[in-house]
Amino acid sequence: MTIQSAKGGRRGRKELAMGLLCLTLAALIVLALRPGTDGQLSTFSLTSYRGGMTIKAPDMVMQTSSALLLLAALAALIGTWQLLRGTARIATLLAAVSAIGISAFLIWATRGKSLNLTGMLVSSIVRATPIALAALSGIYSERSGVVNIGIEGMMLTGAFLAAVVASITRNMLAGVLGGIAGGLALAVLHGILSIRFKVEQVISGTGIIILALGLTSYLQRAVLNLRPELNQPGPAMPAVAIPFLGKIPVLGPIVFNQSPIVYALIGLIFVTHIVLYQTRWGLRLRAVGEHPRAADTLGIDVFRTRYACVLISGAIAGLAGAYMSIGSAGRFNEGMTAGKGFLGLAAMIFGNWNPAGSFLGALIFGFFDSWQEKLAILQVGIPSDLLGMTPYIATMLVLAGVVGRARGPAASGQPYDKL
Amino acid sequence: MLEPERTRKPVLARHFLERVLQSSLMLPILAVFTALVIGALFIAASSPAVIAAWLNFSQAPLQAFSVTWSTIRNGYAALLEGSFGNPRKILEAFVQMRQTGEARALLEALRPFSESLVIATPYIFAGLAVALSFRGGLFNIGVEGQLFVGGLASVYVGYSMTGLPAYIHLPLALLAGVLAGAVWGAIPGLLKARTGAHEVINTIMMNYIAFRLTDFMLQGPMARPDNLPITPEIRPSAYLVTLFPRPVRLHAGFFLSLLIAVLVYWFLWKTTYGLEIRMVGANARAARYAGVRITRITVLTMALSGALAGLAGANQVLGVDHRMVRAFSTGYGFDSIALALLGNSHPLGVVLAALLFGFLRGGAARMQSVAGVPVEIIRIVQGLVIIFIAAPAIIRSLYHLQPQQHIGAELTQAASGGGQQE
Repeated sequence: MTIQSAKGGRRGRKELAMGLLCLTLAALIVLALRPGTDGQLSTFSLTSYRGGMTIKAPDMVMQTSSALLLLAALAALIGTWQLLRGTARIATLLAAVSAIGISAFLIWATRGKSLNLTGMLVSSIVRATPIALAALSGIYSERSGVVNIGIEGMMLTGAFLAAVVASITRNMLAGVLGGIAGGLALAVLHGILSIRFKVEQVISGTGIIILALGLTSYLQRAVLNLRPELNQPGPAMPAVAIPFLGKIPVLGPIVFNQSPIVYALIGLIFVTHIVLYQTRWGLRLRAVGEHPRAADTLGIDVFRTRYACVLISGAIAGLAGAYMSIGSAGRFNEGMTAGKGFLGLAAMIFGNWNPAGSFLGALIFGFFDSWQEKLAILQVGIPSDLLGMTPYIATMLVLAGVVGRARGPAASGQPYDKL
Repeated sequence: MLEPERTRKPVLARHFLERVLQSSLMLPILAVFTALVIGALFIAASSPAVIAAWLNFSQAPLQAFSVTWSTIRNGYAALLEGSFGNPRKILEAFVQMRQTGEARALLEALRPFSESLVIATPYIFAGLAVALSFRGGLFNIGVEGQLFVGGLASVYVGYSMTGLPAYIHLPLALLAGVLAGAVWGAIPGLLKARTGAHEVINTIMMNYIAFRLTDFMLQGPMARPDNLPITPEIRPSAYLVTLFPRPVRLHAGFFLSLLIAVLVYWFLWKTTYGLEIRMVGANARAARYAGVRITRITVLTMALSGALAGLAGANQVLGVDHRMVRAFSTGYGFDSIALALLGNSHPLGVVLAALLFGFLRGGAARMQSVAGVPVEIIRIVQGLVIIFIAAPAIIRSLYHLQPQQHIGAELTQAASGGGQQE
């Protein structure tokens, strides 16, 4: 097509732009952040105080101005190298630039103060969990060729049912199962609409979101507000430390001292990876998402595969909802998912529809979500509402930067018509 | 399914019945009706009195039914009265006015009707916004955010500029809202056209950014001097004029919205750009080969859609609230998706659907205060309406309608951005 011919010229321009971006970043660090930081120290504490348990680790102390200079030099080096002999790996470069920029900003914000880095990373994981689960949910559905924009709604119903069931049974596990059931119920609806009735999947998903929002808000006002005992599942699920591993400094509190649902997430990522790439069913699933007609010809039941995937997707979304209500907030609130399902979809695209990559994407969003709170404590002088925009802006940048190269399952979004 | 009846019914009646059942209005009407019936089940199931009556079913079986019926009837009666007003009161007040010349009672009686129209106004703008994007093969879920930035821009012009005559100040304030909404819509459009990033996710992100921006503006730069998270009141010269004395709040914005609906129709069906937008929506690849510049049209579609949404925000600020508060929109942007679908993405359909939603929302407030049914019931109804409209097969099989060829096919194609997929 015509784009092909234009590509050569555009790539050259892109490399130039990346090089200039690196140099601009270097200049920004030196000119905007460094002045006035002479003699100040940035302290990053690594000791964890999570759950009343102190896990000691040495503090990371650095000279603010020299650390900034170092980062600026690094950015300038990459930029110059890029200008002289540019590489095609724009994504890698973008990642490097972002990492340098964020580190510089954190070091600058912490000047003369102390920031608990371990705490920040722990809270990043906590906030990334629902996003990562939503991303996994999206992967199952989209890999089989069904766009599931209704994850947000499935999470909301999951959160609602989890809170109610846990309040009635006084049992967290029952609550989690209730949440999964809530996600499943809407997934059944989405499956029937998009697979059997061949409804445009984005519309079906939007209907599901509005329906879920209406149902949960309605039931909260009509039922839960009158009978508050139905929305008291007790305090949030406690973190469970894994013996020995949980005591490792820094790494222990971040990875091995978390809520059971976080472990479930990590397990699910491994399982999904193996299912998708190592099993026969995973191969079939991907075939159905890429070319349903060919899969059908080979004797794969397209409809059944898609139903199964949409149901798995709903169950995982329900789990994500359960994590948000009984796993962290300790109750259900109206509209509490606040776009986490959509962030999950963005993380999925970021990860190119792969479990591990999506998890990385979710971690990035989780990090930006938690830094808003931590920076508010540091009083950087930037209003917290503006910092709160960063996860969303990051999503858009990521989509704009990555999506050009990302390619989803070919048949995603297309209803299959068996002739 | 109508086949067996054909032999039994008289010819004329059969013909008429078929015409009605096959008319394009039937599907939306039945969809709304079915959604309301399911809504009734929710009203009944969440009412403590009904639950108590059913628990007592073995002792008084008839009472269970009568309590259920009266709960539903009371709820929907309040909904009707809240949306149109009480006919008897209106009639009495009208007679009184004829006799005494005192119009106050009549205005009071007409207030629910006017309130419904006031609520329908932003729905018309926002519904047109979504409909326009659908026609262009794009799905603008960002109407809510565009509405917020439109409101912010309008209110800023409304309170900060002084000494202007109304015929300059009001258009200026409206224009500010339109431009802000257009910019907010154009950004996802540009990203879609240039990088292929899906507009659904990007418009949702722009929504959250708009909400944060509003929070920031209302607490900081645009806060009232006493630091409450409210903006100062706009100057009267920027008001959208009200047409009747208080308490009837109907304002010029309603008529502006009808005018804009006509304009959107003219633009989409009578101008070259409109044709190009619809071409891209119907089949992007064919449009490209026909010489349409997809990038430009995508950005234009999103910008115009955002502009209409911004106008909805401006309308709320200049016509109703006269200031900006945090909870300034109660989900107009999201509801507008449902009504664009309901109205088949056609300006006339959108206006009718918006009026319906306006009456539903207007009545729901009364239903909450009189019958104790939370307003959120309306959102359940809306979600169901979307599903029924998107899957006409459900409604058809429920009511044994014959399948229709055209309705919905083009729409659902356009609605997903399906036209733009390659």
